[in-house]
Amino acid sequence: MSTATALTDHETKLAALIIEALNLEMAPQEIDPGAPLYREGLGLDSIDILEIALVISKTYGVQLKADDTDNVRIFGSLRSLNDHVQQHRAK
Amino acid sequence: MPLPLFAHASPDAPVAFTRDGIVNAHQFLADVHSFADRLPDAPHVLNACGDRYLFAVGLGAALLRGQRTLLPANHTPATLERLTQTHPGLQALTDTLAPDIDLPSLAVTRDGDPHDVPFAAPVIPGDRIAAVLFTSGSTGDPVPTVKSWSLLAASGRNEVAALELNDLPTLAILGTVPPQHSYGLESTVLMALQGGFAFDAGRPFFPADICSALAVLPRPRMLVTTPVHLRALCASEDHPPEVDLLLSATAPLSLELAADAEQRFGAPLKEIYGCSEAGQLATRQLLASAQWRLMGDIRLRQDERGTWASGGHVPGDVLLADVIELVDRERFILHGRTADLINIAGKRTSLAHLDLQLNAVPGVRDGAFLMPDDEDDRVVRLTAFVVAPGRTARDIQDGLQQRIDAAFLPRPLHLVDSLPRNTTGKIPREALLALAARLRKHRNTP
Repeated sequence: MSTATALTDHETKLAALIIEALNLEMAPQEIDPGAPLYREGLGLDSIDILEIALVISKTYGVQLKADDTDNVRIFGSLRSLNDHVQQHRAK
Repeated sequence: MPLPLFAHASPDAPVAFTRDGIVNAHQFLADVHSFADRLPDAPHVLNACGDRYLFAVGLGAALLRGQRTLLPANHTPATLERLTQTHPGLQALTDTLAPDIDLPSLAVTRDGDPHDVPFAAPVIPGDRIAAVLFTSGSTGDPVPTVKSWSLLAASGRNEVAALELNDLPTLAILGTVPPQHSYGLESTVLMALQGGFAFDAGRPFFPADICSALAVLPRPRMLVTTPVHLRALCASEDHPPEVDLLLSATAPLSLELAADAEQRFGAPLKEIYGCSEAGQLATRQLLASAQWRLMGDIRLRQDERGTWASGGHVPGDVLLADVIELVDRERFILHGRTADLINIAGKRTSLAHLDLQLNAVPGVRDGAFLMPDDEDDRVVRLTAFVVAPGRTARDIQDGLQQRIDAAFLPRPLHLVDSLPRNTTGKIPREALLALAARLRKHRNTP
């Protein structure tokens, strides 16, 4: 697990939300912000992605959609997910 | 007895709502015939289509040609390897939404011309084998459940009756479950074809997508989904589009979520109970009664081995994997799974099978899975304990990914020095629960 790249404050907060929602039992700093979230990387599956969508909607007021954006890119990494959330956040 | 592929009486009756518009029964018939002509000679095909309409075209075409449609529970390399060994020359039917699959593939197309085919539903011999669903057995080999066309067609008709939809002239069905899963196959494709209804070709995922797909469907409309999606919908959508019926399966709902969903969507919420081997067996509306009511002519009986289902669209006599209390001839109460069985989001396996797979990963000296206790409406993940000197958790996860469905990948996976085996070599569940608690405490107090 790479800790080479430091997380920004926003990324740390989002990482903590994801870890809590999914019971990952790891520290935010252990997530490589550039590594894929889906399948490889954190090994998340579609049920996890739904959980993440839920906490993002509750915390930031951002509704994730499949057709308006490129989800493969958004869920490509913690960094890209955070970028998307920060751009669209309502809260 | 020959049975029609679909029940739509008019050529103009909708069968599917797709991105390119409504597909009517005559167009569906033409697409099925056209694709059936393109299917190479083979005894079987694997239908991996992601578009529900193209899935139905592939299924119908294979039925016309007398080819079995194989529906494995997952597409892991290990599963596909076993399937190709037992089904030489196996090809996958795919489309642009299909997952990557390591098999020779044939794209399902919709290029039928209704002018080429007079309108009449094809009749298919009832004893023709239509689909083969696979579940993972305790040895790890996929165990086939063979469904004849008469069983599948009866299942569709019995569900229409059990959900009291007989009098509806039309119904638009939106599913969040794949048609390859027995619940998705039965409650979207088969129920629409046998009830004369129409399904949406998509499979929306995020709550916002489900709501926008629902909003454009004509009423009456119905959402076929799971507790996982319902929970996400209720938590994030204050005013979802009204529907006329909600259907949920794969795991029993809590009373709270059922009440919340009924209130938000303004519709009754019904549940289906069943399994791949027996098919769908019973329904209930939790807010009316916690008791399940058997569909059609299905009957249950109990002996020292457990509860058996038979009759109706059940293939033979099927031993159920759940603890069941019979109330009367038609009603029962569900008391959960038998101990070794794992059901995560509608995907089923056994602890014995998972332990076998874990211990086959290179570098693993000893390993065991633990299923933690249930939480309401949440998907609970497995925990694994592994003795594998010199390996990382990542190495083990990579090895497991080749062997088991992603839903069963452990989270967390603990590397330990030894497993708490008792004097007989067994690992009591309590000992694993205690070990998990110790590891968690250790993590939180570094």
